[in-house]
Amino acid sequence: MKYYDPFILPFTIGLYFIFTFLVVKYAIWIFRLPKPDLIKIGKGFFTVKTFSATKEVFMESLLHRKVFKVNPVLGYMHMSLAMGWFLLILFGKIGTLSFSQDFFNPVHYAIFFKFFEPEDPHFFYSKTYYFLMDTFLLFILTGVGLAVFKRFRSKIFGLKKTTKTKLGDKFALSALWLIFPFRLLAESFTSGLHHSGHYLTGSLGIFFAGFLPLEMLVYPSWWAYSLALGVFFVALPFSRYTHIPTEMFLIFLRNYGIKTGNEFSGFSQAEILSCSRCGICIDKCQLTVAGCENAQPVYFLQDLRNNELTPELAMNCLQCGRCEEFCPVGIDIKKLRLIPRNELTSDNADFGYLPAAETRKAEVVFFAGCMTHLTPGIKKAMKNILDQAEIDYWFLDEDGGVCCGRPLILAGEMDSARQLIDYNRKLIFDSGAKILVTSCPICLKVFKKEYHLDVEILHHSEFILRLVEQGQIRLNKQLTRIAYHDPCELGRGSGIYDEPRNLINKTGTLVGSETEREQALCCGNSLGSFRLSAAHADHIMKDALDSLSTGNPDILATSCPLCKKTFSKAGKIPVKDIAELTAEAMSSNKDSIPEKKDFPEKNMDFAECRVCELEEEII
Amino acid sequence: METPENNKTRFGFGLTKGRQIDYDANDKKLCRFVVENEPSLLLCIGCGGCTATCTAAGFTDFNFRKLHHLLRRGEVFNLEKSMKNCMLCGKCKLVCPRGVNTRNVIFSLKRAFKMTDFSKTQ
Ligand code: SF4
Ligand code: SF4
Ligand code: SF4
Ligand code: SF4
Repeated sequence: MKYYDPFILPFTIGLYFIFTFLVVKYAIWIFRLPKPDLIKIGKGFFTVKTFSATKEVFMESLLHRKVFKVNPVLGYMHMSLAMGWFLLILFGKIGTLSFSQDFFNPVHYAIFFKFFEPEDPHFFYSKTYYFLMDTFLLFILTGVGLAVFKRFRSKIFGLKKTTKTKLGDKFALSALWLIFPFRLLAESFTSGLHHSGHYLTGSLGIFFAGFLPLEMLVYPSWWAYSLALGVFFVALPFSRYTHIPTEMFLIFLRNYGIKTGNEFSGFSQAEILSCSRCGICIDKCQLTVAGCENAQPVYFLQDLRNNELTPELAMNCLQCGRCEEFCPVGIDIKKLRLIPRNELTSDNADFGYLPAAETRKAEVVFFAGCMTHLTPGIKKAMKNILDQAEIDYWFLDEDGGVCCGRPLILAGEMDSARQLIDYNRKLIFDSGAKILVTSCPICLKVFKKEYHLDVEILHHSEFILRLVEQGQIRLNKQLTRIAYHDPCELGRGSGIYDEPRNLINKTGTLVGSETEREQALCCGNSLGSFRLSAAHADHIMKDALDSLSTGNPDILATSCPLCKKTFSKAGKIPVKDIAELTAEAMSSNKDSIPEKKDFPEKNMDFAECRVCELEEEII
Repeated sequence: METPENNKTRFGFGLTKGRQIDYDANDKKLCRFVVENEPSLLLCIGCGGCTATCTAAGFTDFNFRKLHHLLRRGEVFNLEKSMKNCMLCGKCKLVCPRGVNTRNVIFSLKRAFKMTDFSKTQ
């Protein structure tokens, strides 16, 4: 056989193994997709979607654009490995085709070209070819060097912590680290013997020839290279490196419009295995600030993959969505976090006791929400504003009302939530209103996503801004310096960032803070987390407050009653809702001095310390 | 748990079922499970803040303070049914002066009732 030598066997076997394995696995996932998703694939396959998926694969899986954005050094590491290897294979193949003029030369011929043609034969563009091959190898080796360095010193990557490895990963990892140094050695040894090679392998060859018995080392080094490749390929499906092929698969599915559902499916499987364990989410998730170990998305996904997920971990997530904003793979972590929750409860609440409530006809329905009822200042301000603007409105839950259903959804109880949704939905529908306004971003999101209402759904910040712009209320700008906290559910949850800011600029001066908009921090009191103790939540709140205070503001503004209540507890700075600021600016005189005393002096730390003690006693 | 069936009217007098607490018959396993999952329950001082704010308590005789008392005593016979009234809205958690994570208490109970270990207490 022309292109054969026994040392290629580990590589070839590994390659065929991984190829078969992945094809079978992906076929099973596709088979497990729900029917509507399969139809989406069928419809999208011969359209531009396939093309854009290919483009995305190139940008994300090879260039790692998103990792670059978050962290350039980490991005370079990923890119040099992925892109470098891809180029090495691509140009290697082109080179062999150009040389052998045989389109069907076997795969390993390109990989081990130097072994089969040690004398660097000449062919079309061969000079460029040898130069490029050395360059790509060097490119990859810098990436490997960084990876090794990262294992031991993760600080230079700006990451506080790096992910832990399991045994299967260690195998694949060591193989991956060894592949390219072995290639370098094998090619250098061969070059040294045959006086060939370009700037890298050539000079190293001369160097090694000076003091090493190259005849004896050449052949074993090719074996080592092939073995490293083979081991890597065989270990890949059982290690974190499955993410490399799986992410590409995921990108295609996503481009056909498939989304994470309420149950585990082939798609969520692909998402779980696509996590590259880059560790970006560890620093971005505020559970880290709270001191919760091993609760961040990367660990959650790892436990899901290993079927080791504990109820504690399933319930410990704020659902703030910060991780998703940074995750380079774009995994729908929030949604995945909810699926196991559903498996923990029976989801059989019974709200048959709710009375048949009366509706009132009105132009606008105002739904304050449970949390607003616990912050009466917002309620009062809203009434003030609506009256002043002479709106024909109905305050739906003036006497308490019924929960919007979102807290139940966050507990994974979709069916139970449905009952509440249907109840409120009927009330809103019967009122004949055209606009539904709510003060609570938590309600806002569920109104938009689950209520399927035929009315315009607005958060009060949007509605108030509209009233101001239409001249229905007039505001006096004051001298107050105001920092704004983006509530998770309003910002990342519903994409509303500008309306509250515009309003603030009409009532005072907006000062920026460290973490804003998409990167905003969670206040820590989210309804998404069931496990977080009061003490842990407090850490998160204090950390967020510090970051918000960087501009030294007089007042902290927010547009969520829950955030307001949480931050007020610290007693550091007056916290006001957008509605309250507006109501004040409506009545106040120009240039009035900001009030500073209407916030509690003391916080309630005594209760939280006791929780820590008790937890220690019990566990 | 006083339900209408417990009060039978005879000759114009209400007969209430005995309210003796029989600790031997009561089941504290559930309570242990919940406390293990949510230790902050032990901080409760029974102030009733949670109950005053609870939406479900406005319509039914379910409320968190009562639920906690019954759970502690091990009188868990009607708990599963009454718990279905809770909307998990979290108002109780927000007003609690002791930082009791009430939502997780209720969720832990829901979990317990789904698990076979506790099914005989239903
Ligand atoms: S979840 Fe996303 S950000 Fe976190 S480790 Fe995985 S890929 Fe990275
Ligand atoms: S949603 Fe928030 S709390 Fe949950 S894992 Fe993501 S960053 Fe962490
Ligand atoms: S508000 Fe808190 S301390 Fe008071 S009864 Fe309810 S759970 Fe107990
Ligand atoms: S979470 Fe349940 S117990 Fe607490 S206030 Fe809401 S309905 Fe009542």
